[in-house]
Amino acid sequence: MSDIVIRAEGLSKKFIIGHKVERDSLLREAMTSGVRTLMRKSADFFKGRVANTVGQTEEFWALRDLNFEIKRGELVSIIGHNGAGKSTLLKVLSRITEPTLGRVEINGRVNSLLEVGTGFHPELSGRENIFLNGAILGMSRNEMRRRFDEIVDFSGVAKFIDTPVKRYSVGMYVRLAFAVAAHLDAEILVVDEVLSVGDAEFQSRCINRMSEVADSGRTVLFVSHNFAAVTALTRRSIVLEGGRMTFDGPVEAGLAHYTASLGKTGKVRHWGRGKDATLISARLLDRNDTPTELFSPGTPLRLEVVVETTGMPGMSLIVILRDQHNVPVGYYSSATFSNVPLPTKAGRYQCVLSLDPLFLAAGGYTIDLRTTSTAIVVDHQVDGALQFFVNACNPGELGFDFRQDLGFGPLALRSNTPIQFERLSASELPDLHSDDRLGQ
Amino acid sequence: MSSLDRPSSTHLVLEAGRADRQYWQDLWRYRELLLILAWRDVSVRYKQTAVGIAWAFIRPFLTMVVFTVVFGHIAKVQSNANVPYAIVVIGGLLPWTLFSSVLGEASASVIANSNLISKVYFPRLIVPLATVLVVIIDFAVSLSILAGLMIWYAVLPHWQILLLPLFLILALLASLGPAIWAAAVVVKYRDFRFVIPFVLQFGLYVSPVGFPSSVVPEQWRLLYNLNPMVGIIDGFRWCIVGGESPIYLPGFILSLAVTAFFLWLGIRTFRRIERGFADMI
Repeated sequence: MSDIVIRAEGLSKKFIIGHKVERDSLLREAMTSGVRTLMRKSADFFKGRVANTVGQTEEFWALRDLNFEIKRGELVSIIGHNGAGKSTLLKVLSRITEPTLGRVEINGRVNSLLEVGTGFHPELSGRENIFLNGAILGMSRNEMRRRFDEIVDFSGVAKFIDTPVKRYSVGMYVRLAFAVAAHLDAEILVVDEVLSVGDAEFQSRCINRMSEVADSGRTVLFVSHNFAAVTALTRRSIVLEGGRMTFDGPVEAGLAHYTASLGKTGKVRHWGRGKDATLISARLLDRNDTPTELFSPGTPLRLEVVVETTGMPGMSLIVILRDQHNVPVGYYSSATFSNVPLPTKAGRYQCVLSLDPLFLAAGGYTIDLRTTSTAIVVDHQVDGALQFFVNACNPGELGFDFRQDLGFGPLALRSNTPIQFERLSASELPDLHSDDRLGQ
Repeated sequence: MSSLDRPSSTHLVLEAGRADRQYWQDLWRYRELLLILAWRDVSVRYKQTAVGIAWAFIRPFLTMVVFTVVFGHIAKVQSNANVPYAIVVIGGLLPWTLFSSVLGEASASVIANSNLISKVYFPRLIVPLATVLVVIIDFAVSLSILAGLMIWYAVLPHWQILLLPLFLILALLASLGPAIWAAAVVVKYRDFRFVIPFVLQFGLYVSPVGFPSSVVPEQWRLLYNLNPMVGIIDGFRWCIVGGESPIYLPGFILSLAVTAFFLWLGIRTFRRIERGFADMI
């Protein structure tokens, strides 16, 4: 068998979440429990023990019984929703936090990149920060000195290398930070979602750089929501759902498994209640009315929404579409756009909205749902009620994949008539140079 | 599979509550990070200040002047007449400033570096240790006050001055114990951020900084040495003015024992809480 560099057995991680206790009904009870709490806390405190926060605590398993093996040179992506345990897993593997149960055996030097620019100090210059950040990421000073020029070249901020980074633009800062990270050398590299920063050109350089690292025979564990990067960089993926591993296999099958699982978990979440109109559930439907989490560009965006109303007149159902940076890119209101308010008879209703076909760029999207009463007063708001993905957007059918991470926004604009270029004759050419107003 | 059984220099097992046998080795391996964090703190410390590193000189100097006037001239505390009072004061002020800076800065260091702790692994003890290096630099600068005073008053150093580095190390150890204890505990209980300035303010008056410890009545002296800084300050003075300011030996040994105890407690507590830092911060 080829060598195994990471082996996890029954790996679990528990967090204890403290809840604020509801206000005690009796003041005396509140006070005595307060005193007891204080005494217990101070006892723990002098023993230096980390005690459970008193009050109501809840156990939360961020990782539950993970078993996997990763071989030398494997490129593995870890995918899952927010809160599925991806980051916790990376933190355990990079020794930032320790497992509650189970064990992990690691053979080789692990370097982790959970954030670009960790430890950057605004007062220090770019040059100083390169050395600082490098040391923090585990590079030796000799290694840094050897690669310094390479790093500066990669970052493209050579001109400002002796300026304090607090005077950098966000873009420059990120470039410099990533440049250091990109030159990190390790037998096992653990990378969290760090490619989602910077402009499109820089991002593609980062992806190229990452694939160089991957090609050089190192083991890479990679977390990303960027499907394009995941498929480009990794061969195998591990899917996490609620802390459990639900899939381990080839990356394409992993992504399919992940998108299929999205619908199931969406309904589990508790959405709370509104005053007059409560959103109960929502899902995305494909053209055959089956729930899906994949949207094909150019087809209607079909949402099935279940809502409960007290019969209050003038209520509206609102849909807000957001791109992967959480920027709102679309808005719909049933009352003002379709002149259809919520029913005025109390009860639970279901409706299907079919929104005009959009050519959405490949990537992830979320939908916020709201109900509003008269005008725009929000009654019930569910942010991120739905998530969906566009796997590929190919508006011209020419094999060009239009992706959100190209940096041109989430909408492909299509011309609805064939485009024709007509040659202008010389007499029709405006003489730009004679027009004084133009230059001013 | 067999590769896991093969001994490897970088073989690592992560498990709950597993005492990390390589911790001290790791600490050594990460010494470059220690130096670089210290260098960062030094170079940032006096950025955008008008007089820069001179602050390391001005603060103890002014405190020395005030204490000399208050204790030596107004309160007229008894001291050995052969030694100028300013030198008695600076002999106490140097180790005390060291102690209070280490305690003050190291105890806040883990919180101040929370962004590192939640994103990168390294032996966490590096963080408070790095602040100690910064304090040593300040100490070196303020030593010039001592040199200046000895020239001014034409006080000749005795052979004991050669032992000053030894007492410097003792002062560092005495402050490190409580400092790393506090650095760890403050992560869980932020209350300590308010307690430490108070302890330091209080400590300035219960330690023999502005007066020699010989003014404490004989029957209380041993008890007084429960404060580890008492023995260390006595030691500093002894180094500076020699036999004129003798060390009270039983008390000094008690101070050493208290120092050792706090050091043990600090390291033990830090090591235990350290594993949960990233979850709590």
